[in-house]
Amino acid sequence: MYKELRSHIISLLEANTRLDGRKLTEYRQPITVELGVVKTAEGSARVKIGETDIMVGVKLEVGEPYPDTPDEGTIIVGAELLPMSNPEFEPGPPQIQAIELARVVDRGIRESKALDFKKLCITPGEKIWMVVIDICPINDAGNLFDASSLAALAALKNTRFPAFNGVKVDYKNKTDNKLQLEKTPIAVTVIKIGNKFIVDPDTEEEKVVDARLTVSSIENGTLCAMQKGGDMPLSAEDIDKMLDIGIEKGKELRKHL
Amino acid sequence: MTYKQRIDGRKFDEMRKIEAKVGVIPRADGSAMFKIGNTWAYAAVYGPRNLHPKFMQDPQTGILRCSYNMMPFSSSGERVRPGGSRRSKEISLVTQKALLPVLNLEDYPNSVVDVFIELPQTEAGSRCAGICAASMALADAGLDMKDLVSAVSFGKVDDKLVVDLDYSEESYPDAGVADIPIAMLPNSGKISLLQMDGEVTKEELMKLIGMSKKVLMDIYEVQKKALKDKYKGVED
Repeated sequence: MYKELRSHIISLLEANTRLDGRKLTEYRQPITVELGVVKTAEGSARVKIGETDIMVGVKLEVGEPYPDTPDEGTIIVGAELLPMSNPEFEPGPPQIQAIELARVVDRGIRESKALDFKKLCITPGEKIWMVVIDICPINDAGNLFDASSLAALAALKNTRFPAFNGVKVDYKNKTDNKLQLEKTPIAVTVIKIGNKFIVDPDTEEEKVVDARLTVSSIENGTLCAMQKGGDMPLSAEDIDKMLDIGIEKGKELRKHL
Repeated sequence: MTYKQRIDGRKFDEMRKIEAKVGVIPRADGSAMFKIGNTWAYAAVYGPRNLHPKFMQDPQTGILRCSYNMMPFSSSGERVRPGGSRRSKEISLVTQKALLPVLNLEDYPNSVVDVFIELPQTEAGSRCAGICAASMALADAGLDMKDLVSAVSFGKVDDKLVVDLDYSEESYPDAGVADIPIAMLPNSGKISLLQMDGEVTKEELMKLIGMSKKVLMDIYEVQKKALKDKYKGVED
Protein backbone atom coordinates (compact mmCIF):
# COMPACT_ATOMS: atom_id res chain seq x y z
CA MET A 1 0.00 0.00 0.00
CA TYR A 2 1.02 3.59 -0.70
CA LYS A 3 4.22 2.38 -2.43
CA GLU A 4 4.32 5.30 -4.85
CA LEU A 5 3.51 7.84 -2.15
CA ARG A 6 6.19 6.39 0.09
CA SER A 7 8.98 6.54 -2.48
CA HIS A 8 7.92 10.06 -3.44
CA ILE A 9 7.99 11.24 0.19
CA ILE A 10 11.36 9.56 0.78
CA SER A 11 12.92 11.18 -2.28
CA LEU A 12 11.71 14.56 -1.00
CA LEU A 13 13.14 13.85 2.46
CA GLU A 14 16.49 12.95 0.85
CA ALA A 15 16.43 16.45 -0.65
CA ASN A 16 15.68 17.84 2.81
CA THR A 17 12.12 18.87 2.00
CA ARG A 18 8.52 17.63 2.21
CA LEU A 19 5.24 17.56 0.26
CA ASP A 20 4.30 21.03 1.49
CA GLY A 21 7.83 22.42 1.29
CA ARG A 22 8.59 22.27 5.01
CA LYS A 23 11.94 21.34 6.53
CA LEU A 24 12.10 17.95 8.26
CA THR A 25 11.73 19.19 11.82
CA GLU A 26 9.46 22.11 11.10
CA TYR A 27 5.86 22.33 12.38
CA ARG A 28 3.07 23.59 10.16
CA GLN A 29 2.16 27.23 10.68
CA PRO A 30 0.34 28.99 12.06
CA ILE A 31 0.13 27.35 15.47
CA THR A 32 -2.63 28.98 17.51
CA VAL A 33 -3.83 28.35 21.06
CA GLU A 34 -7.16 29.93 22.09
CA LEU A 35 -8.26 29.67 25.71
CA GLY A 36 -11.78 29.61 27.13
CA VAL A 37 -13.57 28.93 23.84
CA VAL A 38 -16.36 26.86 25.43
CA LYS A 39 -18.44 28.56 28.13
CA THR A 40 -20.11 25.35 29.32
CA ALA A 41 -16.77 23.78 30.28
CA GLU A 42 -14.82 24.64 33.43
CA GLY A 43 -11.80 25.06 31.17
CA SER A 44 -11.28 24.80 27.44
CA ALA A 45 -8.87 25.40 24.62
CA ARG A 46 -8.75 25.18 20.87
CA VAL A 47 -5.43 24.41 19.22
CA LYS A 48 -4.72 24.65 15.52
CA ILE A 49 -1.52 23.39 13.95
CA GLY A 50 -1.83 24.16 10.25
CA GLU A 51 -5.22 22.70 9.28
CA THR A 52 -5.40 20.36 12.27
CA ASP A 53 -8.02 21.75 14.62
CA ILE A 54 -8.72 20.36 18.11
CA MET A 55 -11.04 21.35 20.95
CA VAL A 56 -10.45 20.20 24.49
CA GLY A 57 -12.87 20.79 27.34
CA VAL A 58 -12.38 20.17 31.05
CA LYS A 59 -15.28 19.28 33.36
CA LEU A 60 -14.78 18.97 37.10
CA GLU A 61 -16.70 16.33 39.00
CA VAL A 62 -16.73 15.36 42.66
CA GLY A 63 -16.09 11.67 43.29
CA GLU A 64 -14.62 9.17 45.71
CA PRO A 65 -10.85 8.61 45.90
CA TYR A 66 -9.23 5.29 45.06
CA PRO A 67 -8.70 3.23 48.24
CA ASP A 68 -4.90 3.26 47.81
CA THR A 69 -4.73 7.07 47.40
CA PRO A 70 -7.38 8.40 49.83
CA ASP A 71 -6.00 11.95 49.81
CA GLU A 72 -5.56 12.39 46.04
CA GLY A 73 -7.83 13.57 43.27
CA THR A 74 -7.38 12.26 39.76
CA ILE A 75 -7.63 12.94 36.05
CA ILE A 76 -9.64 11.12 33.41
CA VAL A 77 -8.77 11.68 29.75
CA GLY A 78 -11.18 10.78 26.98
CA ALA A 79 -10.67 11.14 23.24
CA GLU A 80 -13.27 10.69 20.56
CA LEU A 81 -12.16 10.48 16.97
CA LEU A 82 -15.21 12.31 15.70
CA PRO A 83 -16.29 11.08 12.25
CA MET A 84 -16.86 14.77 11.44
CA SER A 85 -13.11 15.40 11.50
CA ASN A 86 -11.78 12.74 9.13
CA PRO A 87 -13.46 10.69 6.35
CA GLU A 88 -11.86 7.51 7.73
CA PHE A 89 -13.25 7.79 11.27
CA GLU A 90 -16.40 5.77 11.83
CA PRO A 91 -19.17 6.39 14.31
CA GLY A 92 -19.39 4.09 17.29
CA PRO A 93 -17.54 3.29 20.50
CA PRO A 94 -13.93 4.52 20.79
CA GLN A 95 -11.57 2.55 18.58
CA ILE A 96 -8.08 1.59 19.69
CA GLN A 97 -6.57 4.72 18.06
CA ALA A 98 -8.77 6.93 20.26
CA ILE A 99 -7.87 4.97 23.36
CA GLU A 100 -4.14 5.20 22.63
CA LEU A 101 -4.42 8.96 22.02
CA ALA A 102 -6.24 9.49 25.32
CA ARG A 103 -3.76 7.37 27.25
CA VAL A 104 -0.70 9.11 25.78
CA VAL A 105 -2.16 12.53 26.71
CA ASP A 106 -3.07 11.18 30.17
CA ARG A 107 0.45 9.91 30.86
CA GLY A 108 2.10 13.18 29.88
CA ILE A 109 0.01 15.07 32.44
CA ARG A 110 -0.05 12.39 35.14
CA GLU A 111 3.62 11.36 35.12
CA SER A 112 5.04 14.88 34.90
CA LYS A 113 2.95 15.75 37.97
CA ALA A 114 1.63 18.75 36.08
CA LEU A 115 -1.26 18.63 38.54
CA ASP A 116 -0.70 18.08 42.24
CA PHE A 117 -3.32 15.38 42.92
CA LYS A 118 -3.17 16.14 46.66
CA LYS A 119 -4.55 19.63 45.95
CA LEU A 120 -7.57 17.94 44.33
CA CYS A 121 -8.56 16.28 47.61
CA ILE A 122 -11.66 17.74 49.29
CA THR A 123 -12.14 15.34 52.24
CA PRO A 124 -9.55 12.55 52.61
CA GLY A 125 -11.06 9.12 52.02
CA GLU A 126 -14.38 10.63 50.98
CA LYS A 127 -14.44 13.37 48.35
CA ILE A 128 -12.04 14.39 45.65
CA TRP A 129 -12.11 16.43 42.45
CA MET A 130 -11.96 14.41 39.25
CA VAL A 131 -10.59 16.43 36.36
CA VAL A 132 -12.23 15.08 33.21
CA ILE A 133 -10.43 16.10 30.04
CA ASP A 134 -12.19 15.41 26.72
CA ILE A 135 -10.43 15.68 23.38
CA CYS A 136 -12.58 16.40 20.30
CA PRO A 137 -10.91 16.88 16.91
CA ILE A 138 -12.77 19.29 14.61
CA ASN A 139 -10.47 18.66 11.63
CA ASP A 140 -7.83 15.93 11.60
CA ALA A 141 -5.16 16.96 9.13
CA GLY A 142 -2.45 14.97 10.94
CA ASN A 143 -0.53 14.87 14.22
CA LEU A 144 -3.42 14.55 16.67
CA PHE A 145 -1.00 13.48 19.42
CA ASP A 146 0.93 16.74 19.69
CA ALA A 147 -2.07 19.00 19.06
CA SER A 148 -4.19 17.14 21.64
CA SER A 149 -1.47 17.22 24.31
CA LEU A 150 -0.95 20.94 23.82
CA ALA A 151 -4.72 21.59 23.85
CA ALA A 152 -5.21 19.49 26.99
CA LEU A 153 -2.56 21.43 28.86
CA ALA A 154 -3.92 24.77 27.64
CA ALA A 155 -7.43 23.76 28.74
CA LEU A 156 -6.14 22.82 32.20
CA LYS A 157 -4.41 26.18 32.45
CA ASN A 158 -7.77 27.81 31.71
CA THR A 159 -9.75 25.75 34.26
CA ARG A 160 -11.60 27.31 37.20
CA PHE A 161 -13.37 25.35 39.92
CA PRO A 162 -17.15 25.55 40.09
CA ALA A 163 -18.78 26.31 43.42
CA PHE A 164 -19.23 23.26 45.67
CA ASN A 165 -21.26 23.33 48.88
CA GLY A 166 -20.15 19.93 50.17
CA VAL A 167 -23.09 18.14 48.58
CA LYS A 168 -23.65 19.48 45.07
CA VAL A 169 -21.53 21.12 42.40
CA ASP A 170 -23.05 24.37 41.15
CA TYR A 171 -21.87 24.39 37.54
CA LYS A 172 -23.56 27.72 36.80
CA ASN A 173 -21.30 29.39 39.31
CA LYS A 174 -17.56 29.38 38.60
CA THR A 175 -15.25 30.52 41.39
CA ASP A 176 -12.01 32.49 40.91
CA ASN A 177 -10.14 29.44 42.15
CA LYS A 178 -7.95 28.24 39.28
CA LEU A 179 -6.47 24.84 38.69
CA GLN A 180 -2.77 25.19 39.30
CA LEU A 181 -0.29 23.80 36.80
CA GLU A 182 2.96 22.70 38.46
CA LYS A 183 4.70 21.66 35.23
CA THR A 184 4.13 22.07 31.51
CA PRO A 185 4.68 18.70 29.82
CA ILE A 186 4.78 19.00 26.04
CA ALA A 187 4.44 16.04 23.69
CA VAL A 188 6.37 15.93 20.44
CA THR A 189 5.87 12.99 18.11
CA VAL A 190 8.95 12.20 16.07
CA ILE A 191 8.32 10.14 12.94
CA LYS A 192 10.73 7.84 11.17
CA ILE A 193 10.23 7.29 7.43
CA GLY A 194 13.07 5.37 5.72
CA ASN A 195 16.12 6.65 7.55
CA LYS A 196 14.81 10.20 8.04
CA PHE A 197 13.19 11.81 11.04
CA ILE A 198 10.40 14.38 10.84
CA VAL A 199 7.92 16.09 13.15
CA ASP A 200 4.29 17.13 12.68
CA PRO A 201 3.29 14.71 9.91
CA ASP A 202 0.39 15.63 7.64
CA THR A 203 -2.28 13.16 6.52
CA GLU A 204 -0.21 11.84 3.59
CA GLU A 205 2.96 11.39 5.65
CA GLU A 206 1.00 9.53 8.35
CA LYS A 207 0.12 6.87 5.76
CA VAL A 208 3.78 5.90 5.27
CA VAL A 209 5.17 6.09 8.83
CA ASP A 210 7.68 3.33 9.71
CA ALA A 211 7.87 4.21 13.39
CA ARG A 212 6.89 7.02 15.69
CA LEU A 213 8.01 8.03 19.14
CA THR A 214 5.95 10.47 21.19
CA VAL A 215 8.30 12.21 23.61
CA SER A 216 6.80 14.19 26.50
CA SER A 217 9.20 16.45 28.36
CA ILE A 218 9.00 19.24 30.93
CA GLU A 219 10.66 22.68 31.01
CA ASN A 220 14.15 21.47 32.00
CA GLY A 221 14.17 18.75 29.33
CA THR A 222 13.42 15.86 31.69
CA LEU A 223 11.34 13.16 30.02
CA CYS A 224 8.02 12.31 31.63
CA ALA A 225 6.31 9.93 29.20
CA MET A 226 6.91 8.15 25.91
CA GLN A 227 5.05 6.00 23.45
CA LYS A 228 6.57 4.07 20.56
CA GLY A 229 4.23 3.32 17.68
CA GLY A 230 4.40 2.17 14.07
CA ASP A 231 5.29 -1.25 12.67
CA MET A 232 9.10 -0.97 12.45
CA PRO A 233 11.58 -1.27 15.34
CA LEU A 234 14.01 1.47 16.38
CA SER A 235 17.74 1.25 17.10
CA ALA A 236 19.36 2.91 20.14
CA GLU A 237 20.86 5.48 17.73
CA ASP A 238 17.42 6.20 16.31
CA ILE A 239 16.01 6.74 19.79
CA ASP A 240 18.92 8.99 20.73
CA LYS A 241 18.23 11.26 17.74
CA MET A 242 14.47 11.20 18.22
CA LEU A 243 14.76 12.23 21.88
CA ASP A 244 16.99 15.18 20.96
CA ILE A 245 14.43 16.35 18.41
CA GLY A 246 11.52 15.74 20.82
CA ILE A 247 13.04 17.76 23.66
CA GLU A 248 14.19 20.62 21.45
CA LYS A 249 10.87 20.93 19.62
CA GLY A 250 9.03 20.68 22.94
CA LYS A 251 10.72 23.91 24.03
CA GLU A 252 9.49 25.58 20.84
CA LEU A 253 5.89 24.37 21.28
CA ARG A 254 5.80 25.38 24.95
CA LYS A 255 6.10 29.03 23.89
CA HIS A 256 2.57 28.83 22.49
CA LEU A 257 1.05 28.17 25.91
CA MET B 1 -48.75 36.43 36.40
CA THR B 2 -47.59 37.53 33.01
CA TYR B 3 -44.24 37.34 31.24
CA LYS B 4 -43.65 41.07 30.77
CA GLN B 5 -40.08 41.19 29.66
CA ARG B 6 -37.71 38.51 28.38
CA ILE B 7 -35.02 37.52 30.85
CA ASP B 8 -32.16 38.51 28.52
CA GLY B 9 -33.93 41.68 27.34
CA ARG B 10 -34.79 40.56 23.81
CA LYS B 11 -38.04 41.48 22.06
CA PHE B 12 -40.55 38.63 22.03
CA ASP B 13 -39.96 37.97 18.33
CA GLU B 14 -36.21 38.56 18.43
CA MET B 15 -33.67 35.77 18.00
CA ARG B 16 -30.35 35.57 19.80
CA LYS B 17 -27.27 36.76 17.91
CA ILE B 18 -26.45 34.51 14.96
CA GLU B 19 -23.09 33.74 13.37
CA ALA B 20 -22.61 31.41 10.42
CA LYS B 21 -19.62 30.27 8.42
CA VAL B 22 -19.12 27.78 5.60
CA GLY B 23 -16.07 25.63 4.84
CA VAL B 24 -14.76 25.33 8.40
CA ILE B 25 -13.63 21.67 8.19
CA PRO B 26 -11.17 21.27 5.31
CA ARG B 27 -11.22 17.45 5.33
CA ALA B 28 -14.99 17.26 4.83
CA ASP B 29 -16.70 17.43 1.43
CA GLY B 30 -18.85 20.21 2.87
CA SER B 31 -18.96 21.88 6.26
CA ALA B 32 -20.45 24.76 8.21
CA MET B 33 -20.67 26.37 11.61
CA PHE B 34 -23.85 27.93 13.00
CA LYS B 35 -23.98 29.75 16.31
CA ILE B 36 -27.12 31.18 17.91
CA GLY B 37 -26.54 32.80 21.28
CA ASN B 38 -24.49 30.33 23.30
CA THR B 39 -25.58 27.35 21.21
CA TRP B 40 -22.85 26.33 18.80
CA ALA B 41 -23.07 23.68 16.07
CA TYR B 42 -20.65 22.27 13.52
CA ALA B 43 -21.72 20.09 10.63
CA ALA B 44 -19.61 18.04 8.23
CA VAL B 45 -20.83 16.26 5.11
CA TYR B 46 -19.06 13.27 3.58
CA GLY B 47 -20.29 11.80 0.33
CA PRO B 48 -21.98 10.64 -1.71
CA ARG B 49 -19.68 7.72 -0.87
CA ASN B 50 -19.83 3.93 -0.82
CA LEU B 51 -22.22 2.48 1.68
CA HIS B 52 -21.21 -0.50 3.80
CA PRO B 53 -22.50 -2.96 4.84
CA LYS B 54 -23.90 -3.79 1.45
CA PHE B 55 -27.37 -4.87 2.62
CA MET B 56 -28.05 -1.25 3.58
CA GLN B 57 -27.59 -0.11 -0.01
CA ASP B 58 -30.60 0.98 -2.05
CA PRO B 59 -30.26 0.43 -5.81
CA GLN B 60 -32.98 3.07 -6.44
CA THR B 61 -31.40 5.98 -4.56
CA GLY B 62 -28.65 7.25 -2.32
CA ILE B 63 -29.49 7.48 1.34
CA LEU B 64 -28.96 10.21 3.92
CA ARG B 65 -27.53 9.40 7.34
CA CYS B 66 -27.46 12.01 10.10
CA SER B 67 -25.79 11.96 13.45
CA TYR B 68 -26.31 14.55 16.19
CA ASN B 69 -23.79 14.52 19.03
CA MET B 70 -23.13 16.74 22.02
CA MET B 71 -19.46 17.02 22.97
CA PRO B 72 -18.85 15.84 26.55
CA PHE B 73 -18.23 19.39 27.82
CA SER B 74 -21.08 21.04 25.90
CA SER B 75 -23.67 21.13 28.66
CA SER B 76 -23.76 23.82 31.33
CA GLY B 77 -24.46 21.09 33.91
CA GLU B 78 -22.71 17.77 34.34
CA ARG B 79 -20.46 16.19 31.73
CA VAL B 80 -22.37 14.49 28.92
CA ARG B 81 -21.31 10.85 28.72
CA PRO B 82 -19.99 10.04 25.26
CA GLY B 83 -21.57 7.34 23.15
CA GLY B 84 -25.02 8.70 22.36
CA SER B 85 -28.28 8.62 24.23
CA ARG B 86 -31.92 7.93 23.35
CA ARG B 87 -32.28 11.70 23.04
CA SER B 88 -29.39 12.10 20.57
CA LYS B 89 -30.65 9.15 18.50
CA GLU B 90 -34.12 10.68 18.23
CA ILE B 91 -32.68 14.07 17.27
CA SER B 92 -30.52 12.37 14.61
CA LEU B 93 -33.70 10.83 13.18
CA VAL B 94 -35.78 14.02 13.06
CA THR B 95 -32.77 15.90 11.64
CA GLN B 96 -32.55 13.38 8.80
CA LYS B 97 -36.28 13.84 8.10
CA ALA B 98 -35.89 17.64 8.22
CA LEU B 99 -33.10 17.63 5.61
CA LEU B 100 -34.25 14.86 3.26
CA PRO B 101 -36.92 16.87 1.34
CA VAL B 102 -34.34 19.28 -0.13
CA LEU B 103 -32.06 16.58 -1.57
CA ASN B 104 -32.14 14.67 -4.87
CA LEU B 105 -30.32 11.45 -4.07
CA GLU B 106 -31.80 9.38 -6.93
CA ASP B 107 -28.67 10.08 -8.97
CA TYR B 108 -26.50 8.25 -6.41
CA PRO B 109 -27.84 4.69 -6.11
CA ASN B 110 -26.17 2.43 -3.54
CA SER B 111 -24.37 5.34 -1.88
CA VAL B 112 -24.68 7.34 1.29
CA VAL B 113 -24.41 10.98 2.24
CA ASP B 114 -23.22 11.25 5.84
CA VAL B 115 -23.99 14.33 7.92
CA PHE B 116 -22.21 14.64 11.26
CA ILE B 117 -23.42 17.36 13.62
CA GLU B 118 -21.26 18.14 16.65
CA LEU B 119 -22.06 20.62 19.41
CA PRO B 120 -19.17 22.09 21.40
CA GLN B 121 -21.47 24.29 23.49
CA THR B 122 -25.25 24.24 24.02
CA GLU B 123 -27.85 26.44 25.61
CA ALA B 124 -31.26 25.48 24.16
CA GLY B 125 -32.15 25.22 20.49
CA SER B 126 -29.34 22.83 19.59
CA ARG B 127 -31.30 20.60 17.18
CA CYS B 128 -32.33 23.68 15.16
CA ALA B 129 -28.78 25.04 15.13
CA GLY B 130 -27.59 21.61 13.95
CA ILE B 131 -30.13 21.56 11.11
CA CYS B 132 -29.13 25.08 9.98
CA ALA B 133 -25.43 24.09 9.96
CA ALA B 134 -26.17 20.79 8.20
CA SER B 135 -28.14 22.31 5.34
CA MET B 136 -25.34 24.81 4.71
CA ALA B 137 -22.79 21.97 4.78
CA LEU B 138 -24.85 19.99 2.24
CA ALA B 139 -24.87 22.99 -0.08
CA ASP B 140 -21.13 23.46 0.47
CA ALA B 141 -20.61 19.80 -0.53
CA GLY B 142 -22.03 20.73 -3.94
CA LEU B 143 -25.06 18.46 -3.71
CA ASP B 144 -28.05 19.16 -5.93
CA MET B 145 -30.54 20.87 -3.60
CA LYS B 146 -34.06 22.19 -4.05
CA ASP B 147 -33.76 24.60 -1.14
CA LEU B 148 -31.93 25.20 2.13
CA VAL B 149 -33.44 24.29 5.49
CA SER B 150 -33.77 26.95 8.18
CA ALA B 151 -34.77 26.19 11.74
CA VAL B 152 -35.37 27.81 15.10
CA SER B 153 -37.54 27.09 18.09
CA PHE B 154 -40.78 28.93 18.80
CA GLY B 155 -42.81 28.73 21.93
CA LYS B 156 -44.81 30.18 24.70
CA VAL B 157 -43.62 31.41 28.05
CA ASP B 158 -46.50 32.04 30.44
CA ASP B 159 -48.90 34.15 28.34
CA LYS B 160 -46.46 35.31 25.62
CA LEU B 161 -45.58 33.79 22.26
CA VAL B 162 -41.80 33.94 21.82
CA VAL B 163 -39.10 33.17 19.27
CA ASP B 164 -35.87 31.25 20.05
CA LEU B 165 -36.24 30.24 23.68
CA ASP B 166 -33.05 30.20 25.71
CA TYR B 167 -32.35 27.94 28.66
CA SER B 168 -33.79 30.28 31.27
CA GLU B 169 -37.05 30.41 29.34
CA GLU B 170 -37.22 26.67 28.70
CA SER B 171 -37.07 26.21 32.46
CA TYR B 172 -39.10 29.31 33.40
CA PRO B 173 -40.40 28.70 36.89
CA ASP B 174 -44.06 28.46 37.88
CA ALA B 175 -45.48 29.05 34.42
CA GLY B 176 -46.59 27.10 31.40
CA VAL B 177 -43.84 26.81 28.81
CA ALA B 178 -44.14 25.34 25.34
CA ASP B 179 -41.11 24.62 23.15
CA ILE B 180 -41.75 24.09 19.44
CA PRO B 181 -38.75 23.57 17.16
CA ILE B 182 -39.65 24.25 13.53
CA ALA B 183 -37.60 23.70 10.39
CA MET B 184 -38.74 25.15 7.09
CA LEU B 185 -37.81 25.00 3.43
CA PRO B 186 -37.83 28.79 3.04
CA ASN B 187 -38.69 28.97 -0.66
CA SER B 188 -41.74 26.72 -0.49
CA GLY B 189 -42.69 27.62 3.09
CA LYS B 190 -43.13 23.92 3.85
CA ILE B 191 -42.28 22.57 7.28
CA SER B 192 -39.96 19.55 7.64
CA LEU B 193 -39.43 19.50 11.41
CA LEU B 194 -42.19 20.04 13.91
CA GLN B 195 -42.00 18.92 17.49
CA MET B 196 -43.45 20.35 20.60
CA ASP B 197 -43.58 19.83 24.28
CA GLY B 198 -45.54 21.88 26.74
CA GLU B 199 -49.01 23.31 26.44
CA VAL B 200 -50.54 25.60 23.80
CA THR B 201 -53.94 25.97 22.20
CA LYS B 202 -54.43 25.12 18.55
CA GLU B 203 -55.00 28.82 17.83
CA GLU B 204 -51.71 29.79 19.46
CA LEU B 205 -49.83 27.09 17.58
CA MET B 206 -51.25 28.23 14.22
CA LYS B 207 -50.32 31.79 15.10
CA LEU B 208 -46.73 30.71 15.82
CA ILE B 209 -46.58 28.81 12.53
CA GLY B 210 -47.85 31.96 10.85
CA MET B 211 -45.03 33.95 12.46
CA SER B 212 -42.39 31.35 11.61
CA LYS B 213 -42.03 32.14 7.89
CA LYS B 214 -40.80 35.69 8.44
CA VAL B 215 -38.41 34.71 11.24
CA LEU B 216 -36.98 31.77 9.32
CA MET B 217 -36.46 33.96 6.24
CA ASP B 218 -34.06 36.00 8.39
CA ILE B 219 -32.07 32.84 9.21
CA TYR B 220 -32.18 31.87 5.52
CA GLU B 221 -30.57 35.20 4.59
CA VAL B 222 -27.74 34.57 7.11
CA GLN B 223 -27.19 31.08 5.69
CA LYS B 224 -27.15 32.34 2.09
CA LYS B 225 -24.71 35.11 2.97
CA ALA B 226 -22.34 32.62 4.65
CA LEU B 227 -22.44 30.42 1.55
CA LYS B 228 -21.82 33.37 -0.76
CA ASP B 229 -18.97 34.60 1.45
CA LYS B 230 -17.07 31.36 0.98
CA TYR B 231 -17.31 31.53 -2.79
CA LYS B 232 -16.86 35.28 -3.05
CA GLY B 233 -13.90 36.10 -5.21
CA VAL B 234 -13.86 32.68 -6.85
CA GLU B 235 -15.06 34.11 -10.16
CA ASP B 236 -12.69 37.07 -10.20
